[in-house]
Amino acid sequence: MARIRVEQVRHSYVPRPTREADWALKEVDLEWADGGAYALLGPSGCGKTTLLNIVSGLLHPTAGRIRFGDADVTASPPGERNIAQVFQFPVVYDTMTVYDNLAFPLRNRGVPEARIDPRVREIAALLDLEAMLPQRAAGLTADGKQKISLGRGLVRSDVNVIMFDEPLTVIDPHLKWRLRSKLKELHQHIGLTMVYVTHDQTEAMTFADHVVVMHEGTVVQVGTPVELFERPRHTFVGHFIGSPGMNILPCALDNGVARFAGQPIRTANAVARAPAGARTELGVRPEFVRFASAGIPVRVAAVSDAGRHQIVETRHGDTIIRLLVDEAERVPADSAHVSFDAAFTQLYVDGWLAGAGAA
Amino acid sequence: MRLALKQVVRRAGGQTHVHETSIELRSGGFNILLGTTLAGKTTLMQLMAGLLPPTSGEIWFDGRNVTGVPVQKRNVAMVFQQFINYPNLSVYENIASPLRVARLDEATVGERVGRIADLLQLAPFLRRRPSELSGGQQQRTALARALVKDADLVLLDEPLANLDYKLREGLREELPRLFAERPSTVVYATSEPSEALLLGGYTATVHEGRITQYGPNGTVYRHPVDLTTARVFSDPPINTAEVIKRGDTVRLSERVSWTAAGNVRTLPDGAYTIGLRPHHVLPAPGRGGVPVDCRVLIAEISGSESVVHFDLGGLTWVSLSHGVHRFKVGETARFELDVASCLYFGPDGSRVAD
Repeated sequence: MARIRVEQVRHSYVPRPTREADWALKEVDLEWADGGAYALLGPSGCGKTTLLNIVSGLLHPTAGRIRFGDADVTASPPGERNIAQVFQFPVVYDTMTVYDNLAFPLRNRGVPEARIDPRVREIAALLDLEAMLPQRAAGLTADGKQKISLGRGLVRSDVNVIMFDEPLTVIDPHLKWRLRSKLKELHQHIGLTMVYVTHDQTEAMTFADHVVVMHEGTVVQVGTPVELFERPRHTFVGHFIGSPGMNILPCALDNGVARFAGQPIRTANAVARAPAGARTELGVRPEFVRFASAGIPVRVAAVSDAGRHQIVETRHGDTIIRLLVDEAERVPADSAHVSFDAAFTQLYVDGWLAGAGAA
Repeated sequence: MRLALKQVVRRAGGQTHVHETSIELRSGGFNILLGTTLAGKTTLMQLMAGLLPPTSGEIWFDGRNVTGVPVQKRNVAMVFQQFINYPNLSVYENIASPLRVARLDEATVGERVGRIADLLQLAPFLRRRPSELSGGQQQRTALARALVKDADLVLLDEPLANLDYKLREGLREELPRLFAERPSTVVYATSEPSEALLLGGYTATVHEGRITQYGPNGTVYRHPVDLTTARVFSDPPINTAEVIKRGDTVRLSERVSWTAAGNVRTLPDGAYTIGLRPHHVLPAPGRGGVPVDCRVLIAEISGSESVVHFDLGGLTWVSLSHGVHRFKVGETARFELDVASCLYFGPDGSRVAD
């Protein structure tokens, strides 16, 4: 096991990149500590799979270096990097038993049977696969097969990192829940570095200690789930994380005070002034908007029942402001006022959190 | 369009895919089939479309028996999880194809394609090939083709399952609005309870080839007829436990009990199963409720919510709360059960009180 460093990595699928748009990865610097749980999160085309493939050695970057510990592995083939990968579709030998599937990576490396047996049983126990060991893999459900894929990654003791590429996409929601918890539990037990690639914020945020949010080939923010939720550095993160995403409201900036709907709005961050012509916006999550007796006048446009809470869409003029209210709370029928929790209301200048500087 | 299944059964290869089902769907508006993979949702849709014949029973459209009528003659539109477009045709021609089949004149075709393309924000891409579009745009093209012909029945089989999370969020909001002004009856299959809730309308819960309940979303979610329905309509999974009701007391374990209220009090004494959704189990101090002290198994903080798995007398229960609540795995923590939100099920699984 080792710390992994991605240093100034750029990648283009075009032979002679000239324009900005030719770069699938623009310039990425990351450090993954030994034993950490990380997620790479972003929409399709953001570069997350490209980055994953560069770290695993399936792709050679156009520029930059990859280091495992102190060793530069940029030129090493995947086989020499000791990485285990779990993909969207389970990779399982249907004709083999669960036991033989789990033993396969060890037998392949010539590990003696006497050492294989306890290791296979240990991994099977962690994954609740013990009862299925003699069964043929063919008869298993999708989540069972995905657990075997996972087990085959874990069974080797020489693995530097285990990488998951959208591992729960084909799994039903109620099983997804179970398998996700299992992954988390595994990480707590074995302390192996894990990198989880997904477009699903819930999976990323519940699995990882640190989430790397990517957008158009760049890393927009690296943070804990709580930081990403409470202090998005960019409106993209605010929008992409959270369901529904952050309300982004155009505002004016008057002597360092944000104004929306003709009213001064208290914010958690501030700058005295924005550069001429800059776009100024307020960001406040639906979780931090409340109905109030006074504040910003709105019309209630729509209410959707999300089970444990209601998502209310209100409008001030043409601007949509969404808020989350409790399952049992009564929603005003038509006109109402809303107010924002100042501690979680942020000012953004040209998309970036004001006063924090670009990432 | 009023769609009714009358005692429909579907068997194939020695297996029953749909057990005897009778249902009349609400006409106009969203009807959701909610269930896990292989529950029978797709088979039900194929029966409705006329892609599969029922082994027995009848399918009725607007009071007309259409059981033997093939799919081409039913005025049905379908969109599948794996979006299908004609790769060699432009987006415009893809959308226009059902109108070409109906031999409409060029002016009408242009007008209808234009209108639907505007609605689905496809107008800038009409000259492109599907392969030049993003996944979301390709799926919107497939949707546009299904919408353009004003079908009586629109069948959407997990149409958003292959799309990015955020795209799905947007389309989930857009879809019910899109159909709101149309007379079509929509049947939408999904395996996600949250999607069923957010789409609004009516939900039929499907489990092992049977529709267990059909009604307005909120009713099926909050007043499930049985434990199976409650399970199908819960994400995260609903917590369950065996309790003994005796007189005015409901007892979950030696140390955990509460006073029976409302219609629970009048139940005969005996054993019941309770169901309590994770958002009704909160870390203490919450809003009050019956306290339980349990060992924490897993703690997940998603930023906006905290999910804690804990051991309740050998059962794994889950608490889901707003905000950030930190727990140490292995330590004992206190949770509060909002027992007023408990659902009570009898020995046969049917709900007897709430």
